[in-house]
Amino acid sequence: MRKSRTLNLGTGSFVLLGFAALFFLTTQTTSRGLAIFGPAHYEVIAKFDNIGDLKVGARVSMSGVEVGRVAKIDYDLNDYKAVVILRLAEQYDKIPTDSDASIYTSGLLGGKFVGVTAGGADTYLKDKSEIQFTQSAFVLENLIGQMLATFTKSKADAMNPAADSKAEKAK
Amino acid sequence: MFRELWETFIEAVEDLGAVVHFLYRLVVNTPAVLLRVNLVSQQVFNSGALSLVIIMLSGLFVGMVLGLQGFQLLQRFGSEESLGTAAAIGLVKELGPVVTALLFAGRAGTALASELGLMRATDQISAMEMMAVDPIQRVVVPRFLGGVIAMPLLAAIFSVIGIYGAQLVGVQIMGVDAGSFWSQMRGAVSLKDVYEGIAKSFAFGVACSLIAVHQGYYAVPTAEGVGRATTRTVVTSAVVILFLDYLVTAAFL
Repeated sequence: MRKSRTLNLGTGSFVLLGFAALFFLTTQTTSRGLAIFGPAHYEVIAKFDNIGDLKVGARVSMSGVEVGRVAKIDYDLNDYKAVVILRLAEQYDKIPTDSDASIYTSGLLGGKFVGVTAGGADTYLKDKSEIQFTQSAFVLENLIGQMLATFTKSKADAMNPAADSKAEKAK
Repeated sequence: MFRELWETFIEAVEDLGAVVHFLYRLVVNTPAVLLRVNLVSQQVFNSGALSLVIIMLSGLFVGMVLGLQGFQLLQRFGSEESLGTAAAIGLVKELGPVVTALLFAGRAGTALASELGLMRATDQISAMEMMAVDPIQRVVVPRFLGGVIAMPLLAAIFSVIGIYGAQLVGVQIMGVDAGSFWSQMRGAVSLKDVYEGIAKSFAFGVACSLIAVHQGYYAVPTAEGVGRATTRTVVTSAVVILFLDYLVTAAFL
């Protein structure tokens, strides 16, 4: 009897320890503890021309404070735009309707997030309302393309006077 | 020579069939055994609690190595803060389940196989059959279930200790900021990663325990046969673990 009691105690504490570890993994190493779920949220829609590599679960922040997360990303074949559904916490329910949403990059190589800047209207965003003013993600390739284009253009401009002066010197 | 290869192949398929049939027998007998909590609890103790020390020590060192290596690598890109993410994802998804399962096969699998093999060699299993006690129900299924229950718990403990090991090296010794270590980890590790780890460790638990009890139960009843069963348990388990690892990873992509 005594032996079986210590044995059961050992098994019990092992199983407890194991479940404590599982609990730790699910709550402490993931963002579940910070996630906004249940009835205390509302969803607003924002349409972007280009969302870059924005992912479901990305942060939605106002002035750097997390107010929600990206709930769903879809493509609208009527306006040819990316539809991003933002799930905002119920406590932030006074966001003006003329606020604008932009996609930013956190850090140089970090992931994308949605930044919302408050507008000045007296009406507030409600569930399923749409943010009208949006700014697309900053795509590095496009920027490099533009930069190369201006660079080659200015270089071509710089080359021509040089060629002229050379020709003059040769004279 | 071609004929020999063919024979080996046929034998391997036959073995696989025997193992699957054995698994079916174990599963069919499981509900009856679940009512006898004491038998299962004793085996959870044998496979789980007794493997705890080796699992915790290995987890600590694996985590510390991850911390050191990860720091060296991430420092080149100036992103030491991602150390927590790298260590946690590595441990929860891959290293935790796989290393735990390999250690489990070495520590608990061999114990199961040699115990059952010796029971077979000393005619204890035949004696049970003589007394109309079903050895599958009385001896094999509790050991199988004990392994299946213990393995995911051990893997979770391994991962947690490993994360603290990485934190110990990264934060305490190398000076990564503790706040960014944990917050970056929380931002990057999703619940799906944790589920993947649990699914893997469960699959490994079934595979390791099944291989161990099958090898032990059908061991050749000699000293040499028991030894061979023990060795084959470890070798087969290791290969099957790594194969299943690939399958589960692909399934979760």
